[in-house]
Amino acid sequence: MIPSVLILDITLMAMLVVVAVSIVRMRSLFAIVMLQGVYSLVSAAWFVSLDAVDVAFTEAAVGAGVSTILMLSAMLLADRQSKPLEMHRQVGPLLVVIVTGIALFYAIPDMPAFGDANSPANSYVGMDYIDRTTDEIHIPNVVTAVLASYRGFDTFGEVVVVFAAGLGVMLLLGLNGNAGKWRARPNGISVCSHALPSAQAARGESVASLANKRKTEKAAVEAAKDAGGQS
Amino acid sequence: MNPHVILRVVAKFLIPLIVMFAFYVQFHGDYGPGGGFQAGVILAAAVILYALIFGLDAAKKAVPPAIVRIGMSLGVLFYGGTGVVTWLLGANYLEYGVLASDPADGQHYGILAVELGVLFSVASVMVAIFYAFGSRQPDLSDEDW
Repeated sequence: MIPSVLILDITLMAMLVVVAVSIVRMRSLFAIVMLQGVYSLVSAAWFVSLDAVDVAFTEAAVGAGVSTILMLSAMLLADRQSKPLEMHRQVGPLLVVIVTGIALFYAIPDMPAFGDANSPANSYVGMDYIDRTTDEIHIPNVVTAVLASYRGFDTFGEVVVVFAAGLGVMLLLGLNGNAGKWRARPNGISVCSHALPSAQAARGESVASLANKRKTEKAAVEAAKDAGGQS
Repeated sequence: MNPHVILRVVAKFLIPLIVMFAFYVQFHGDYGPGGGFQAGVILAAAVILYALIFGLDAAKKAVPPAIVRIGMSLGVLFYGGTGVVTWLLGANYLEYGVLASDPADGQHYGILAVELGVLFSVASVMVAIFYAFGSRQPDLSDEDW
């Protein structure tokens, strides 16, 4: 009798492979972003079946939720479709993937069995945290104890990284979308444009007059043609 | 007549629940799965959902960009400040035991303060990135999708 958890794990892994392959084969960026959300959600389900509830929670909230939205809004600023790559530029990445895949399969026999008490993750400092958390910190969730107390420096670093990411986006784009644009508040009315209004007006006028000129020329040519055909 | 009546009604019902769930995840992190990161992302998701349904301008009225900007740095300051406080009380940086007479209580307070810093920072940064991307593009018509 095959254990049901094993069936569940294999099903979820198969779904991950299917989603990953279809992401690679797709050209519509909208569909790719949505499938990335699906990938995150399936991995979250897989983490739950591995009893890593905290990781699953983060994956579902960050990977499937917020990053899908952020990727969508980034996609709207760029293209909706990805261009297919020429064959000769696909050879290098394919080689890298094949070599890495062979190395990973070669390493599989050295992996500790799932839940092995003597595995590196379960024997050294990890076991120590589990033993000492109840006495030293008095909270039931060891993950929170490790994150916030034992590894407080690491978490501080993570918060600074998140802060730096926000700072970078804010400096590049601006919270109101007007970074790098010309701004003024004459008489209390905010004005915002891509360039100085005078420069833009001059350029716009010339473009408009050019277009007008072309239109009248075209009309004249067509009128002449019509006249020629009728006569 | 607005075409998104169902979305609006469901969102109005869901957003308060999402915010409440975020705070549950935040303050229940000691006992169950969760903590500042997850709570921050869920809180940001509530704001983003509001912006998606009711428009970016309405969201900016509810959560002004100035508050987002302050919240971002306040979170990091809160986290770092907790370390400085433990420092001033004579312990190592981020060693929470000295925050109360009983070291176990001190650990509780320390973790609570630090997780609050994480919540502020993560929620504000997520909303900030969404505002930054969202404000750059013209509003899409429904046919574009």
